[in-house]
Amino acid sequence: MNLDYTPEQQAFRADIRAWLEANVPAAPLPSFDASRAGFEAHRAWERTLNDGRWGMVTWPTNYGGRGLDLIEWLIFEEEYYRAGAPLRVNQNGIFLLGPTLMEYGTPEQRARFLPAMANGEEIWAQAWSEPQAGSDLAAIRSKAVREGDDYVLSGHKIWSSRAAFADWGFGLFRTDPASERHKGLSLILFPLDAPGVRRQPIPQINGEIGFAELFLDEVRVPAFNRLGEEGQGWAVCMATAGFERGLMLRSPARFQVAAHMLVELYKRHQHEVDGTVRAAVVQAWMDADAYALSIYATASRLRAGGHIGAEASVNKIFWSEMDIALQRTALAILGARAELLPVAPDAGDVDGWLDSYLFSLAGPIYAGTNEIQRNIIAERMLGLPRA
Amino acid sequence: MDFTFTQDQTMMADVARDLLDAECPVSSLRALSAAGEARDAARWRKIVDLGLLGVLVPEAAGGLGLAEIDLVLIAEHCGYFGLPEPLVDTAGIALPLLAALPDVPRAAEALERTLAGESTVAIGHPGNPFVLDADAAGAILLPVDGALHLVDRADAKLTAQPSIDPFRKLFRVEAEPSAATLIADAEAAAPLLTQVFNRGALFAAAQLLGLARRSNDLAVAYAGERTQFGKPIGAYQAIKHHLATVQVKIEFARPVVYAAAAISPASGLHEEARISHAKLAAGEAADLSARTAVQVHGAMGYSWEVDVHYFLKRTLALSGAWGTPNDHRKRAAARVFGAPVGPEHTFTRGAAHG
Repeated sequence: MNLDYTPEQQAFRADIRAWLEANVPAAPLPSFDASRAGFEAHRAWERTLNDGRWGMVTWPTNYGGRGLDLIEWLIFEEEYYRAGAPLRVNQNGIFLLGPTLMEYGTPEQRARFLPAMANGEEIWAQAWSEPQAGSDLAAIRSKAVREGDDYVLSGHKIWSSRAAFADWGFGLFRTDPASERHKGLSLILFPLDAPGVRRQPIPQINGEIGFAELFLDEVRVPAFNRLGEEGQGWAVCMATAGFERGLMLRSPARFQVAAHMLVELYKRHQHEVDGTVRAAVVQAWMDADAYALSIYATASRLRAGGHIGAEASVNKIFWSEMDIALQRTALAILGARAELLPVAPDAGDVDGWLDSYLFSLAGPIYAGTNEIQRNIIAERMLGLPRA
Repeated sequence: MDFTFTQDQTMMADVARDLLDAECPVSSLRALSAAGEARDAARWRKIVDLGLLGVLVPEAAGGLGLAEIDLVLIAEHCGYFGLPEPLVDTAGIALPLLAALPDVPRAAEALERTLAGESTVAIGHPGNPFVLDADAAGAILLPVDGALHLVDRADAKLTAQPSIDPFRKLFRVEAEPSAATLIADAEAAAPLLTQVFNRGALFAAAQLLGLARRSNDLAVAYAGERTQFGKPIGAYQAIKHHLATVQVKIEFARPVVYAAAAISPASGLHEEARISHAKLAAGEAADLSARTAVQVHGAMGYSWEVDVHYFLKRTLALSGAWGTPNDHRKRAAARVFGAPVGPEHTFTRGAAHG
């Protein structure tokens, strides 16, 4: 065990820090969920990142990456969040589908989709949930009927993140009409501007349109767009979900930066609040640090050849609950001003805390509710009997 | 940057775990407490013979010359098995302290005798009001006015302070310090006493991590056996979610404890905050785990017959020993408000106290 960075890792940190200082937009970009303009500004940022070969440092060089390991990815993320760089509009692609393509995709599929994903030309939405298939994801009804070299997709997807403005979607479809539950499903990629796709944006709790419903009416896509074997979609999808919950969806740096901002907020207002708030600030810092240490341990283990399993569920519960506690502490410090929108004339330093608080409430829901995660921990880690 | 244990570290810990698994079943704890005893001499002899007491003692002084990170997994196993004998305090605290005073004959002699298993040394520290195992020790480390003395047990007045944990024999210790008992004057003793406290907190944290795992293992096993409404109670989400919540606490105490061990011994602002964080996180995990285990066992959990109470009591004791949660939150706060925070500082070291 050696908890010091190597000189190479320190040099890497200096490189990315210098690049970010020179390239991160001075003013924050408008939200990618609030408008087409904000979405396109974030697409342009993805292109800038890719031009600097900073889009996904862990990817192989032929897809625009640097072939680096997960420790260096963590260093990249630390500097990225520290610099206040824009959120990744293509996170569904680069963090979820990308790793899955590398594991399950054919060389032709990787060549077709990864470069366009890396440079932001194609921004991805996910299409898991359906009205009757939320926590019970295996209840999926959307179907893909094979016709020659094509699949014809029909069904209704919902809560699809980024789908209002994105270019492509990926989701599970029932390719075997006689199948039930986890069997007979396939993971299929489809363009969101294909004939037969109708998008219905869904306003979120803050009024922005971060997700949408997708109505698919005989949408024809080539069979080339199926990722993995026909009928193996569940296993492929679980690999994706493992990445999402496990490591890349929420990098520790995000919470360490939030904890840092909380410490600064507290310092400005410490004479207005009591000792319980001070204790909550210290706890937020400790939790963010514990999460970082845990991810460093996981990254070290994966680098040594290990695999990510049910601990992905453990991580998801921890960061989502930590985030809510952290945001609530900020609101407690803001006190009577906590309800003010940043545009209020006397908003002072409310900044984005209210919006972050609202978003934190989604944490225990998306990517599999925390109730489902607890079932997974109980059954797969602890070996308790299924209901 | 490599956050994994070496093969040597895990192998040594596995040897210790196997010994404890064979020699420290709960039945042995029951037999010992029923007899009113706190120590099993035969088990202690086996532990001494394993050669683990000198892990932190330099090779020149007869030890293994290793570091805290090499002992942390062993301390975790001692917590898991609820070991009554003082392996952790002896190997993790008392002996490295004595080894730091190679030119003091009194300290060197006590080190040699303890390494050989002929005697033990109990540890007094201003951070703990009472001295553990003072009655069974040959000598007692006693800070007096900042200086450090090593007094013979026979020369000390011991006042027993019965603990809820049947294997923790606590005493108020009074002794007359003299030039003959002095092993470090105030100036020399100050950094040593800081190290004693940090090691005490670190290895208490490691034991608490083991205790957290043990209580949850007991609860999981019971939830798989006990049937109500025609099913094992562990099939119900109410039970599953309790146990999963404990597991989350354990998983996020573990890397903090290991990281604290990896940067020990050191006494900078960052290192002390991490040790304190480890003690807090492991203490909370063990506390929640023990209480959840009582709840999952239902009425059985409140009985003497079920094993949970041994681990509940050790958890309670170690949570308050080597610094209370309040003490450790203060040290974490000193780092949060006294040094830069942010993602690039996860592994920052050093920095004097502000």
